Amino acid sequence: MLKINHIAKTFNPGTITEKKALLDVDLHLNEGDFVTVIGGNGAGKSTTLNAVAGTFLVDKGSIEIGGVDVTRLPEYKRAKYLGRVFQDPMTGTAATMTIEENMALAYRRGKPRTLRWGVTSAEKKQYRDALAMLELGLEDRMSSKVGLLSGGQRQALTLLMATLQKPMLLLLDEHTAALDPKTAEKVLTLTRKLIRENNLTAMMVTHNMKDALQYGNRTVMLHEGRIIIDIDRETKARLTVEDLLKMFKTASGSGLTNDRMLLSQ
Amino acid sequence: MEIINYFVDLAGSFPKLFNQLPGAAAQGLIWGIMAIGVYITYRILEVSDLTVDGSIATGGAVAAMLIINGWSFWAAMAVAFLAGMLAGLVTGVFHTTMGIPAILSGILTQLALYSINLKIMLNKANTAVSVNKYTLLVSSRNVRALTLNNPMIPLIIVTILLVIFMYWFFNTEYGCSLRATGANQAMSRAQGINTELNKVVGLMFSNGIVALAGALLTQYQGYSDVNMGRGAIVIGLAAVIIGEVVFGKFKPFRGIAGKLLAVSLGAIIYYLVIQVVIWMGLNTNDLKMLTALVVAMFLAFPHWKGKLAARKAAREAMNGGNGHA
Repeated sequence: MLKINHIAKTFNPGTITEKKALLDVDLHLNEGDFVTVIGGNGAGKSTTLNAVAGTFLVDKGSIEIGGVDVTRLPEYKRAKYLGRVFQDPMTGTAATMTIEENMALAYRRGKPRTLRWGVTSAEKKQYRDALAMLELGLEDRMSSKVGLLSGGQRQALTLLMATLQKPMLLLLDEHTAALDPKTAEKVLTLTRKLIRENNLTAMMVTHNMKDALQYGNRTVMLHEGRIIIDIDRETKARLTVEDLLKMFKTASGSGLTNDRMLLSQ
Repeated sequence: MEIINYFVDLAGSFPKLFNQLPGAAAQGLIWGIMAIGVYITYRILEVSDLTVDGSIATGGAVAAMLIINGWSFWAAMAVAFLAGMLAGLVTGVFHTTMGIPAILSGILTQLALYSINLKIMLNKANTAVSVNKYTLLVSSRNVRALTLNNPMIPLIIVTILLVIFMYWFFNTEYGCSLRATGANQAMSRAQGINTELNKVVGLMFSNGIVALAGALLTQYQGYSDVNMGRGAIVIGLAAVIIGEVVFGKFKPFRGIAGKLLAVSLGAIIYYLVIQVVIWMGLNTNDLKMLTALVVAMFLAFPHWKGKLAARKAAREAMNGGNGHA
């Protein structure tokens, strides 16, 4: 479903702010895989996700989604294959537009946008049912501006929007990091539910080691722009957070440096 | 003593003001159409586009030249609209393909348009289109007439048609994607929207409408002038802001159509107020300075309001200690 073939990326090459973000990332995902991605500060977790999403073009290597080579495609053209949820709840939705307008935008992902009416009454009914599933009462506020929603509500909505058109790949970039623990838990449960029900292939970056082990069928750990650990479902089931930290130390030759990760222990 | 005399004189010249108000309202209607164009970039796309100072004069120049060469005013206005779109396209390419900041892109196009507008008018600074010689849609001559050829009638019709069109357009699938582009670019791209293309289209559409207003203004005043767009963006912004401040509180003015109507009414209010201020004795040479200051104050208002609210919240947090931040 996803083939990341030895990609590399250096930001601002040849300048004082040069940053070798990805050295050699190689990762293949099968259909239905749910991979959690962990790693220290600046390991390249989000950069890997953004490389797949097309926020920037990679310097080396290639990326295939569902058999299509997307390496040179701009971000907006890759969107038809991807559902995305961002770390910042403000990023995934348009604050000045209504809930139903936001959903209608997501519903048309990967389709030509014509001069037909932007939100039809038939689809409104569909959105209402989908929103009701969130159990946040949003189905009764469909013509409210998204800017009036809380961070957790916006993140839940973004998640729903990402799966409204079944994506080949769902990219979750620390999408619960900005939420309070209780809301984060809710959004994670919803994430799992949506992935299971739609049988989605997904990549989830997280700083929470416990979540990384608890969710998904595979975990990869990045360090200095490379994948240093790749754990399958069976191994995951047996591992504890302490085991994972030990594995990291052996594989990287250093301690783990992720402030948020350590704080969340 | 002097001040009393001033007011006595003022009261005496009240009929004069009354005589001038219809003209101010008609001008307001024309600039309201221009301001609707500005609204597309300033409020929907969230870019400040200074192309308009040039493209309004382009619209005027094109319309004047075509009309004196025997074209109908309808055809002349259509071509003016297209010329404005072309100006917007240039700014859009500067901004997206060439990566120049939007505000600078507009300034560059505006500067270039000065030369182009002179060329359109065969290297003359102005071109007369007298209502005596040509059939025009609007003319200031009939502005006080209580007949069907009063220019305010076609201007009101054009404004209403434009608002209806915009309401439809910004509710279509494509129009929604334009609004999304202005609201959140990262989100828009994640939903497969070509934000760069949308910015270009928005700039073209906006400048097309501005040029159309230029074509109307030329007919209304009976001539086109290469300098007629100087400070147009500020008048456009003034109309947008006055419309929002005066009508924003009322529910009928919340939707897209309502907001655009408020912009048009904002422009009318602007011109009526200007007329009153001139009547009260303001030197017309000081007008642009006054307008700039008033717009600056209105633009600063939300900023100050936010600061005040933040300071108040901080004070409450310090005093209360257990307040909800």
